[in-house]
Amino acid sequence: MTVTFLILAALTLAGTVAAMAMRNLIHCVLALTLGFAGLAALYLLLGAQFVGFTQVLVYVGAVAILAVFVIMMTQSAGPAMQPIFSSFWMTGSVVAAAVFVVLAWAICRSGFASQVLPPPVEAAVHPIGDALMHGYVLPLEIMGLLLTAAMIGAVVLAMHEKRRTP
Amino acid sequence: MTLSMFQAIDQIDQIFVTSQHRLVSDLPAEFQSISSAILSVIAIVLVFALLFAITTVLERKGLGRMQNRYGPNRVGPCGFFQPLADGVKSLTKEDLVPRTADQLVHFLAPVLLVMAAFLAYAVLPVGRNMVLVNLNAGVLYFFAVGSLVELAVFMAGWSSRNKYSLLGAMRAIAQMISYEVPLVLASIVVIMAAGSLSTVSIVDMQASYTGIWPHWFVFTPWGFAGFALFMIAATAESNRSPFDLPEGESEIIAGYYIEYSGFKFALFFLGEYLGMFATSAMAITLFLGGWAAPFSFLTWIPSYLWFFAKLVLLILIFIWIRGTLPRLRMDQLMSFAWQFMLPMTLLNLFVAGVWHFMPAGIVRWLVCIALLVAPAILLSRSLKQGKKFAVRHYRFAE
Repeated sequence: MTVTFLILAALTLAGTVAAMAMRNLIHCVLALTLGFAGLAALYLLLGAQFVGFTQVLVYVGAVAILAVFVIMMTQSAGPAMQPIFSSFWMTGSVVAAAVFVVLAWAICRSGFASQVLPPPVEAAVHPIGDALMHGYVLPLEIMGLLLTAAMIGAVVLAMHEKRRTP
Repeated sequence: MTLSMFQAIDQIDQIFVTSQHRLVSDLPAEFQSISSAILSVIAIVLVFALLFAITTVLERKGLGRMQNRYGPNRVGPCGFFQPLADGVKSLTKEDLVPRTADQLVHFLAPVLLVMAAFLAYAVLPVGRNMVLVNLNAGVLYFFAVGSLVELAVFMAGWSSRNKYSLLGAMRAIAQMISYEVPLVLASIVVIMAAGSLSTVSIVDMQASYTGIWPHWFVFTPWGFAGFALFMIAATAESNRSPFDLPEGESEIIAGYYIEYSGFKFALFFLGEYLGMFATSAMAITLFLGGWAAPFSFLTWIPSYLWFFAKLVLLILIFIWIRGTLPRLRMDQLMSFAWQFMLPMTLLNLFVAGVWHFMPAGIVRWLVCIALLVAPAILLSRSLKQGKKFAVRHYRFAE
């Protein structure tokens, strides 16, 4: 259990660090995909099959491809000429450290860490579907509406503009 | 039939399962589960790689027959050892990598493709009690693993630094993403009917009989429509003719694997065929009753034989279609996906709901068929409007 966790955590961390450190943006996306896959494997390790597979389906299958397409459409595929460390990396790391400290403090304060964890339950698909379709049906519908609106917006943006004939 | 005969039939049916148990039972307890898993993995890899070899011969010979030529007939009896010769050839060929290519990504792409293709077989029940893992979310796993293929295709196309391969990859990804939507939506009707995402329980649900007739989902209006839509989307997902634009030999030469040679090219070939087998096997699992026999009096034939018979039948249909239909144009492909396939799969979801809530009987059949056929005709009519279909006249070619 712990060995598997350590390997997966190292994989996830390596992927995400490489995503930040690499020069070529496409390489960054591929490394980030490795990080996503590692996260999915961590979910599976926790017994959350549905979340794990959805993570692969959405992040590896769709988000990574989307990111790659955006990069290729907005700039040439060659490596960017900027240095790896931007000019404000000090400020950035201070902000990141501050966020981490606040989150860690909140988690430690909540008494969650000292609790005795119940034995892990195999999160089956059935209760998740039940909760989505009964308990949380309104949030689900609102999400659907939002996504539909976003999709229509994207279609409108991509439509050919009417040619103005003089 | 006597009891001993039933036992003998059951033994033959479960021969692989029992022999696997017997093989691992001598090992220490902590190694048993992992070694039985490794045995299953080896079996899957061997069987489906062999099926790939057989399919290449069948396809080349079948296509040759349809095109009035011989096809391979030199190596072995009737050319059936051709895959061996091809394998040796691809192993001994030089592995060319373009100088400007992204070496690591170029190397990883075929590996990821074959890996993703093989991963999908983990949840496919090839016989009674013959599945590697019975996942709670098996169907979801199948589609999640299938989406890795898109990434591999992109890696191949982009890392080659070749405009044709990039074009091919772009086409392939656009096509795969567009057809993944109807593929998943077409399979949702089965999940609705079975109430489970586990492939094993979906097959178990179809493995019973009324009289001699089986309870396959394909024998319902929504099941038949779902099966047809699923197979069309599966053809597009596996980049086969008439949806083979990503390869498009006459336009972009070979698409995303143009810069691959030797064994890496063979790996792409293998991955593509394995993907086709996996989606066909999923169609069998979802709609055609998996390993279940088509009639109740044929259940004495072992379940794995039924599964592979159905698989080979679907493969033959794929070959037949490849030899018959011309390639689509890119805009036709896209408009077909979004304007016909997507509305029809959504409608099919609705029809499956109607079927579920109506009382059983002839009325339910008529209502569901009418709900499916009438919109399909109306939709195709309205899509045809404004397009002129006539014999083309070429000014210089005639």
